[in-house]
Amino acid sequence: MVKEPVAVVGIGQTKHVAARHDVSIAGLVREAAVRALEDAGLTWSDIDAVVIGKAPDFFEGVMMPELYLADALGAVGKPMLRVHTAGSVGGSTALVAANLVAARVHRTVLTLAFEKQSESNAMWGLSLPVPFQQPLLAGAGGFFAPHVRAYMRRTGAPDTVGSLVAYKDRRNALKNPYAHIHDPDLTLEKVQASPMLWDPIRYSETCPSSDGACAMVLTDREGASRAPYPPAWVHGGAMRSEPTLFAGKDFVSPQAGKDCAADVYRQARITDPRREIDAVEMYVPFSWYEPMWLENLGFAGEGEGWKLTEAGVTELDGDLPVNPSGGVLSTNPIGASGMIRFAEAALQVRGRAGDHQIDGATRAVGHAYGGGAQFFAMWLVGSQPPPG
Amino acid sequence: MRDVAIVAFAQSPHRRRTDELSEVDLLMPVLHQVLETTGLKANEIGFTCSGSADYLAGRAFSFTMALDGVGAHPPISESHVEMDGAWALYEAWVKIMTGEADTALVYAYGKSSPGQVRDVLTRQLDPYYLAPLWPDSLALAALQAQALLDAGHADRAALTAIATRSRTDAAANPYAQLTGDVPAGGLLVHPLRTGDCPPIGDGAAAVILAAGDTARALCARPAWIRGIDHRIEAHALGVRDLTDSPSTRLAARHAGAFERPVDTAELHAPFTSQEVILRTALDLGDDVRVNPSGGALAANPIMAAGLIRLGEAAARIHRGASVRALAHATSGPCLQQNLVAVLEGESAHG
Repeated sequence: MVKEPVAVVGIGQTKHVAARHDVSIAGLVREAAVRALEDAGLTWSDIDAVVIGKAPDFFEGVMMPELYLADALGAVGKPMLRVHTAGSVGGSTALVAANLVAARVHRTVLTLAFEKQSESNAMWGLSLPVPFQQPLLAGAGGFFAPHVRAYMRRTGAPDTVGSLVAYKDRRNALKNPYAHIHDPDLTLEKVQASPMLWDPIRYSETCPSSDGACAMVLTDREGASRAPYPPAWVHGGAMRSEPTLFAGKDFVSPQAGKDCAADVYRQARITDPRREIDAVEMYVPFSWYEPMWLENLGFAGEGEGWKLTEAGVTELDGDLPVNPSGGVLSTNPIGASGMIRFAEAALQVRGRAGDHQIDGATRAVGHAYGGGAQFFAMWLVGSQPPPG
Repeated sequence: MRDVAIVAFAQSPHRRRTDELSEVDLLMPVLHQVLETTGLKANEIGFTCSGSADYLAGRAFSFTMALDGVGAHPPISESHVEMDGAWALYEAWVKIMTGEADTALVYAYGKSSPGQVRDVLTRQLDPYYLAPLWPDSLALAALQAQALLDAGHADRAALTAIATRSRTDAAANPYAQLTGDVPAGGLLVHPLRTGDCPPIGDGAAAVILAAGDTARALCARPAWIRGIDHRIEAHALGVRDLTDSPSTRLAARHAGAFERPVDTAELHAPFTSQEVILRTALDLGDDVRVNPSGGALAANPIMAAGLIRLGEAAARIHRGASVRALAHATSGPCLQQNLVAVLEGESAHG
């Protein structure tokens, strides 16, 4: 059966900041949605369905906020679906929306993800004790630090690699007007001298807590032909999940992440990702996840990811730029972070990424992960429609 | 359009408390049962999707532990909606419609017993204007019931008759939480009496979907999904006509429910007054068998109750007790969001 080709014709983000005291949650999401509609040259009445995602409801203290947001997102009288797959949710949400178009259930879909972390406290939200289950009292950093340590031990990577990633992503963020952290005075030495939070993860190698939203308008071939700006075309998309904990789980390079990437490359007919992909927006909440995911997503051989980072391959002017937008390390409205990766990949192949545009990018990857490195979502977008 | 059917359904016995069971414990027997019914193994399923709510579990990412119960290794293609499992089924149906999967496992669960449902559900209201007032779910349903009575669309006797019929029918449902003779009961929130309101309970449910010939191979009489759609209304009660459910009517129209009459309707109506509203919106005649399972008035495990309506309607088709059935699920205060599916028993091509 032949799927309908899916095009990204509108993208909108808010300027991500630590606290948006000037807007409600509804005001925040509407800002991103209106910008996506403007980019697509469409109005609310052109939208057939809304697919919304965010990370845990405890982050804002609102249970199933999509109910309250139906009015703000023009969803009244339309189908509205709420996705929640932990940190990968922004990516999963985009994929669910894309499937609605691919299956020809709807023609034009608005998808949006958000987090307004200033309404609550993410560390608290992640640390509620539960009967029968082991406590996770140190938030996300405490959970992931041992896996970073395992990567370093396994590959022999020098302990300078993490700071290179942070310094690169924060410099890239200076070129992205929507990025949260804009620190023109940051130096590599300052990253290396920042306080140790969860050894080996330093303060400046850690994602911020942001308020923000990201929206995309997805449509079919006919919708794309009417779009005012070049669309990005979805060439492949996949989700994979594995359990949080089990004997044999490889936290350094989870099988679910490898399988997810392999499925996307198969759909997009990519055989050599390192050469055939022009830009990567990968989910790097702690700097060491760049070399780890370079291996997990097939851009480098096992134990080789850190060498690409160290050689500058992933810099904005390298031959495989990773996170030209500044990435999760510079902007982290958790529920939206995955969708921002997907949207930034689309901006690159549309040639609309502004100062952080990679010249001539025709194929880009958006990637997200969540839970205990157990949920993966990824898509590959291109400047040309998929063949066939 | 691909032909997609519900080929298996299982649910837990719904109980007021299950203190001795974790959510995974609650779910595991149900997952095993649908897999055994079809003979499929977890790693043979094309797509998996679940519905649940963190606020019931009292912790973030509560669904991650439930996934452990599925046995997701080797890794699976999987997603989750923070909604009733009926919407997880919808997402799975869309996935099968893309051609990327031929089968899907859908599950949902909710444990209401650890908290106070009336308080918990206030947290799903507008957080700035409404939630700070803590209007609870019974109070909001009572407003709707009173509006219905004031409009003359129902009277006390009609509501009592719905309660009586539901609990009587539930006697034949081994999974129901409340069965048999239940008096109208005392006044809870005027005009709602105990008998007008759903029980609070813990439960889980699962279904398996399959496309075309795969469905025929897995099930003697698949329940084909002829149409499925869902619609949402404004959140604020003040801008809605609480005596009507336009989103249900719209979803039903898009699902093809009005093209031919149905013989059975499983309606997710946790309150007697809501059944009256849904019957009208769906234009159901007196000859339609409504909630033969006892419905949500007999068992209402939050986040699973909607999926159970789809499962009960499908099971009736599997048994040959229905030819064309309607299933409905709701979410949000006073029927804010509604899903309608039309299921048919005969094979797609003859």
